[in-house]
Order: sequence, then C-alpha cells, then structure tokens
Amino acid sequence: MIEQRPSEERRKSSAAMDEARLRQQAIGVRLRQMFDEVVNEQVPDEFLEILRRADSRSSEKG
Amino acid sequence: MAEENATPKPRQPADDNAFKRELVQLIPHLRAFARTLCGDPAAADDLAQDAMMKAWDARNSFQMGTNMKAWTFMILRNQFYSEKRRSWRQSQLDQEAAERTLVAVDDPEAPVALDELRQGLAMLPPEQREALILVGAGGFAYEEAAEICGCAVGTVKSRVSRARRALHAILDEGNYDRDGAAAGDAMRSILADAERLSTVR
Repeated sequence: MIEQRPSEERRKSSAAMDEARLRQQAIGVRLRQMFDEVVNEQVPDEFLEILRRADSRSSEKG
Repeated sequence: MAEENATPKPRQPADDNAFKRELVQLIPHLRAFARTLCGDPAAADDLAQDAMMKAWDARNSFQMGTNMKAWTFMILRNQFYSEKRRSWRQSQLDQEAAERTLVAVDDPEAPVALDELRQGLAMLPPEQREALILVGAGGFAYEEAAEICGCAVGTVKSRVSRARRALHAILDEGNYDRDGAAAGDAMRSILADAERLSTVR
C-alpha cells in the first residue's frame, strides 16, 4: 500500500468530488421539493367539478 | 333512455369509476408537471385540466393496471407541445410564482436557492428540462420517461445527465462562486433543511 503518499492533490480532488456530489444531491433535493410543493397543494375544486360534469355527461349517453 | 343496442359493451360503469378514482389521485402530479412546463400557475392548471379531460375521453383506450401516471403525463406533454403554449419561457421566471414558492419554504437561506433553481431550469433546453423533471422529481424510471417523451432510453439518460451538469454549472456560477468556502455550507444547510421538511411531512 502507498500509505505514505498523503497526496494533498488526491485529498483535494476527492474533497472537490464530495463537494460536487453534495451539490448535485442538493439540487436534486430542491428539484423534488419544488415539484412536491405543487403536488401537496390542495387541488382546486374546478378539477373535480369538470370531471364530475364529464362523468354525468357520459353516463347520460349510456 | 331507449334500449341498449346489442353491440358488446366493453366497459362497465365500474371501470369508469375505477378509472376516475385513479385519475383523481393523479391530478396533483399532473398539476406539478404542468407547472414545470408552463411556469405560470393559471396556465399550468388549464393545461392540467385539458390533459385530465383528454385522459378521461380516452379512457377506453387505457388498460387498467398499466401505468396510468406515465400515460397521463404523456397526454399532458403532448397537449403542451401540440398547443405550443407559449408561456413557459417568461413564466418560468414569473416573479409572482417565485415569490409564492419562497413564502412556503420558511428558511431565509432557502428562497434564494429555489429561485435560482427555477431560473437555472428555465435556462436549460426544454428537452433536457423535462427529462430532468420526470426522472429527478417525478419519480419516473428512465424507461418510463423515455416512453413519455417518445424517445430512446439512452437519449433520456444523456439528457438527464447533461441537464444535471448544466444546472450545476449555472447554479455554481450564479451564487456559489462568490465564496467558495461557503458553498459546501450552503448546500449542507439546504440538505439539512430538506431533511427537516421531509421528516415533518
């Protein structure tokens, strides 16, 4: 093993990689948050209203 | 109502009810996806409603038990492109929408990041943005996203990875470049915050 090559270089680059991974992760988390925020909003009544109307229309038609 | 005609009736009211129940469950997701395409909440809801009705009208062609979420997302996406809704570009940056989001997050640091994410997303090519949204936020597998977008799985993969890289670069340049040391801290606090929010939920 090459344990006596403390390799500042390598330490740095692995730190940079950690950083990059962390950022990607944070972006991913944010992205989901942004999406979920809308998912968790109350659905406007309009949606169900429209669907209800369409449903009764189609059952009238038989 | 007059006599039923003799042609075989492929669907029963029960089918419609089951379909409807499932469709109703999907409305929040359709709204969220529409919002990422349109930006403007009102235009997004119009789009989501149109897609919902398209799905309802096409219910006979849907096979119960298959992935209705992917199917409705595909309908919504097609609807969006076929109508060439013009709103997305400027409305992605719609200030009002951004501010509404900011209020909801409840962290002095977080609003900036969300706002920047929005702006960053708006700068991506549309096909990269939608791929990233579907896979990164919508919870779709690459295969499903490919089906929704009507392209090859490999194409989706490369779009997602290009989108991630581009977004990373955009966000870096925008905010975090100012102070390299703070970048990690800011991210950690965002992650911690997200962790907190998701445990609350």
